Amino acid sequence: MTTTLITGATLPDGTTTDLLIADGVIAERGAGLSGPAGARVLDAAGLVALPGLVDLHTHLREPGFEQSETVLSGTRAAAAGGFTAVFAMANTMPVSDTAGVVEQVQALGDAAGYATVRPIGAVTVGLGGERLSEIGAMANSRAGVRVFSDDGKCVHDSLLMRRALEYVKTFDGVVAQHAQDPRLTENAQMNEGALSSELGLKGWPAVAEESIIARDVLLAKHVGARLHICHLSTAGSVDVVRWAKARGIEVTAEVTPHHLLLTEELIRSYDARYKVNPPLRRDEDVRALREGLVDGTIDIVATDHAPHPEESKDCEWDHASFGMVGLESALSVVQAAMVDTGLFDWADVARVLSQTPAQIGRLEGHTHSFEIGASANLVLVDPASSSTFSVDRLAGKSHNSPYLGMTLPGSVRHTFHRGYPTVLDGSVLSASEVAAAATAAGVARG
Amino acid sequence: MRHLLSTRDLLRDDAIGLLDIAEDMSEVQNREVKKLPTLRGKTVVNLFFEDSTRTRTSFEVAAKRLSADVINFSAKGSSVSKGESLKDTAQTLAAMGADGVVIRHSASGAPQVLAQSGWIDAGVVNAGDGTHEHPTQALLDAFTMRRRIHGDAARGRDLDGVSVMIVGDVLHSRVARSNLWLLETLGAHVTFVAPATLVPVGASTWPADIRYDLDAALAEVRPDVVMLLRIQQERMNAAFFPTTREYARQWGLDDERLLALRPDSIVMHPGPMNRGLEISSRAADSAQSTVIEQVANGVSIRMAVLYSLLSGDREARS
Repeated sequence: MTTTLITGATLPDGTTTDLLIADGVIAERGAGLSGPAGARVLDAAGLVALPGLVDLHTHLREPGFEQSETVLSGTRAAAAGGFTAVFAMANTMPVSDTAGVVEQVQALGDAAGYATVRPIGAVTVGLGGERLSEIGAMANSRAGVRVFSDDGKCVHDSLLMRRALEYVKTFDGVVAQHAQDPRLTENAQMNEGALSSELGLKGWPAVAEESIIARDVLLAKHVGARLHICHLSTAGSVDVVRWAKARGIEVTAEVTPHHLLLTEELIRSYDARYKVNPPLRRDEDVRALREGLVDGTIDIVATDHAPHPEESKDCEWDHASFGMVGLESALSVVQAAMVDTGLFDWADVARVLSQTPAQIGRLEGHTHSFEIGASANLVLVDPASSSTFSVDRLAGKSHNSPYLGMTLPGSVRHTFHRGYPTVLDGSVLSASEVAAAATAAGVARG
Repeated sequence: MRHLLSTRDLLRDDAIGLLDIAEDMSEVQNREVKKLPTLRGKTVVNLFFEDSTRTRTSFEVAAKRLSADVINFSAKGSSVSKGESLKDTAQTLAAMGADGVVIRHSASGAPQVLAQSGWIDAGVVNAGDGTHEHPTQALLDAFTMRRRIHGDAARGRDLDGVSVMIVGDVLHSRVARSNLWLLETLGAHVTFVAPATLVPVGASTWPADIRYDLDAALAEVRPDVVMLLRIQQERMNAAFFPTTREYARQWGLDDERLLALRPDSIVMHPGPMNRGLEISSRAADSAQSTVIEQVANGVSIRMAVLYSLLSGDREARS
């Protein structure tokens, strides 16, 4: 197993140190370290070392939609973006609503080796919103599922949502709600407001998200359960979650990178790359989401990485699919929206993109403080670089990124998953190299 | 002008230029031989993803009077349900050498997607897209107003100070949107009157007054123009208003309201009309009504648009 010496890296707290990675763990840290003969030496002067990023909201599409993404290609995209763990959403085909499917997804992730894959289980059978799926079986499976979500669909039946919140408590799990009142958003295409009216696109009103969140935080309070809200997108949602947290309700919330940077104005082009659910909102929503992330109302950033093949976007707006890829661009977008604006330092970035999502998802073995002996999941980024975001930066199967052609700061230089590199000098290592390293590290389970 | 996709980004001079060309085209319509050789050798495709016999026929007549070859490509229903994408259709038409594409589509923005796609190099005319825009309808409406108000001295004029009241389903109306932007550009003042369920969210930011009470609005504004919008059959059962009877009582231009108008006010409707619902038969057939003129003027406007987009060397102007 290779040993790597990283010299002169800047930690999230601003201090500079060398790090020695050996046997999959951080073996030594401090100034002036020297590695054994044959060790890989990486000069990290000017680079920021972050704990490996953790995405609580990724669509890997496998099984069922392999033309969009596979576990292998999706985790390759994750590595390119500095992620070492991803939570894979349940809206696959078949739906991840049984122990068999979640174990398969996890096994595919282990074999690929680019990142730790933690499957998310469906709350209801087939995402049908009618009866609970086998939550206990998934929780007790080898995949050890702790996050349950019908993402893509809202658990809109109030009684079913109450039961889900209660039942999931049994397994120390959490329900991650896709907050969208289905009746208020029938055939909705973009944020409802003056612009949707002008463009003639059917509106997705903010109240359709906010009313579900309000109901769910009250349900969570009533039954004393943990609730996670996916992809908050409106200023009103931030207000509701802030209200709930002030009352001690156990709610956590996420925001996507795109909702922190992009607004609905882009839709004037009718370019379907900007079609996403929940939709891009107004300037004032972007500001409120950033403020919410700063004051802790919003706990984490999660990508909602949603790959689609070209034909799903190269068409009329109404006919296009919802979603954008986000793993490869997330860190750059968060840097642009939060760090370069002075709202965040790198310790904040480490918190919202690694530490807290790992806690919410009950992810074991992911270190956040570079302590000696911890599993070596880390990413080295060059915050001083700036470049036009191009297809070269995309490492998954799909190219439906809204950032293509935009200038974004920062780049991932090196990513280490459990002590072995998945990205070196900005290049993603080959699938065979990474799989071999994963096997050597004892990650793959047969 | 390369394409005509909306009236929102139409400059005042370009709009007046189109109206003036339409005056010329209108004169041709009064001749014994109504045909001009201008677009001989050009091919215009009417690409209709949505049924509309009136608009398609109007464009077809307009193109033929300019001596263009016209192909009607009807793709009824959504292109997706047919299994052929807009992209494939566009590339097919490009391969056949279409110079102009007149597109009607149920998806808002489809003409813009087509125009900026690179799939086809033809000039694109929006003949109505979803609930977005219907620019030739707005142009023919403005043309009709200008003629009624300025008569033979219409050339070169705008609609400065003209008061236009647009009544009905603004929410779903591409005609209302295109009219709003064009009328504002031409100096007219627009008032929308509708039940609150049929006023778009955010319309308060538009350059229009919004009223709910038609009788009060008519009495206060005393408009030069009252334009009724068609109530689509599918809206009638979608709880935007309780019953068609209640709608007709509150927002229909019935005989009493017709009599209450200024004698020189004009009554417009883009057609097809629901007589007895948004407009009474007497109002539709009155001397104040321009409904038939609108149809005739539609041909002149569409000739002007096709002429402006397709005559001469398109490359030189793009």
